[in-house]
Amino acid sequence: MAIQLSRRSFLKGSLAAAGAVAATSAPAAAVKGAKGGRHLATLIDIDKCIGCGACVEACRDANYEKYPEAKKPFPKMYPNRVPVEDWSDDQYASDRLTPYNLLFIQEAVVDVDGEERFLTVPRRCMHCVNPPCVKLCPWGAAQQYKNGISRIDKDICLGGSKCRKVCPWHIPQRQTGAGLYLELLPSFAGNGIMTKCDRCCDRVAGGGVPACIEACPEGAQIIGPRDEIVRKAHELADETGGYIYGETENGGTNTLYVSPVPFEELNKAVDKGKGRPHFKPAENTMAKANNLVLGMAIAPIAGIAAAWGKQIVADNKKKEKPEHIKEGTDHDNA
Amino acid sequence: MTTRNAAIPPVRYGYGLLMFLLALTGFAQMPIFKRYYIADIPGLGWLAMFYVTHYLHYIGAVLILGLAAYFVTAYFRTRPERPKLTPTGYLRAGLIGVILVTGLLLAVKNFPGYVFPPGAVILLDLVHLGSVFVFIPTALYCWAFSKKWINSPSKGDVKGVN
Repeated sequence: MAIQLSRRSFLKGSLAAAGAVAATSAPAAAVKGAKGGRHLATLIDIDKCIGCGACVEACRDANYEKYPEAKKPFPKMYPNRVPVEDWSDDQYASDRLTPYNLLFIQEAVVDVDGEERFLTVPRRCMHCVNPPCVKLCPWGAAQQYKNGISRIDKDICLGGSKCRKVCPWHIPQRQTGAGLYLELLPSFAGNGIMTKCDRCCDRVAGGGVPACIEACPEGAQIIGPRDEIVRKAHELADETGGYIYGETENGGTNTLYVSPVPFEELNKAVDKGKGRPHFKPAENTMAKANNLVLGMAIAPIAGIAAAWGKQIVADNKKKEKPEHIKEGTDHDNA
Repeated sequence: MTTRNAAIPPVRYGYGLLMFLLALTGFAQMPIFKRYYIADIPGLGWLAMFYVTHYLHYIGAVLILGLAAYFVTAYFRTRPERPKLTPTGYLRAGLIGVILVTGLLLAVKNFPGYVFPPGAVILLDLVHLGSVFVFIPTALYCWAFSKKWINSPSKGDVKGVN
């Protein structure tokens, strides 16, 4: 069958194609613009999200190869208190974060200017500017790239879940029965692998954009260098009378939300708990210890000064002593 | 002669206590104390609090860096004749040096904007921990058998930890 192509349909198709290319190439250009050590950040306009779940599906399609492959039966772990966390039989659970669901839609019914509204919020790793999950991982299994993306290397992770405990939002999720610990001392150390959003780091490294952003039909999420994203978040908040989350939380994150309601209210309205992060204020978790590093710089100087000073005092005493003896000798001779 | 020198007992005890604190808070960076019920012992619950142990580890690091700088300076400034380190003194000094250098690099890594290659972080972690694993039995051996750090010459001495 021959395809009938009118001038009108050709123009319409061309415009649609050009629009699609522009839509995907604009964020791709933004991703490239973040090279050279600038962090990439995303801006999520909660007002635009319709909760369709396209981002969740796109995330699964893009990341299914990274999912843990749990081997059963799980090794018996000692002591008995060590919990088994198994999502391998419930991989399609989508109402919270799991090792097989790195992004989920959180729901809230809130009051906006006297009108009851149903808000939907995509939730995943916040990609902190200084991520405690990465910095405090005892094995270096969690890593951060220069573009600000943090990820957990499933080939190295032992599943101790320290990353989840130190994360202000308790984002990483554990799957028992997978990973390196099975090759070491599976009964006595480790408990699987931890997983979280890695912002489609492979796609981004190739100049692409994360799958969730590409799939969003509403353009609720954009990506770009962090300073530009912060500026856009402020512009959006000023335009809409909205509120920003992520700019300063935990010292700043590379995920910024703009909400039509204060985050205190949004936090009260969302379902929180395991795998369902909050929207509370989050203090800078790494700051207190990092402030002590100044002490690490000063302490050696103080130590050197103390030893040097002590030696000078000792030398002076030695110099004084012979003169005293000499004087005494002269006196005796006299 | 390898008998224990009780030159400055408070410093010696302080050094021992400091090394114990550093080792304890260092091991607490691994999620083991809760798993193995140690944090359940009354008074030891803080061992399962990662930010608390991290902070205490840093405080210990500040003190050990000051102490190390003091003794290294005192050693090289000692006149007229510099004392000689014993073989176990060399071993302990070398291990502490490696632990301090790797620890400092790991502390620098924890600043925002400092991104080390993943392989380098793993290497630093393993060398830091591995050195501690060698240092602990070495220090216990030296303590048990009264091994000195230095062979004091007839003139000049470094008073301190032995």
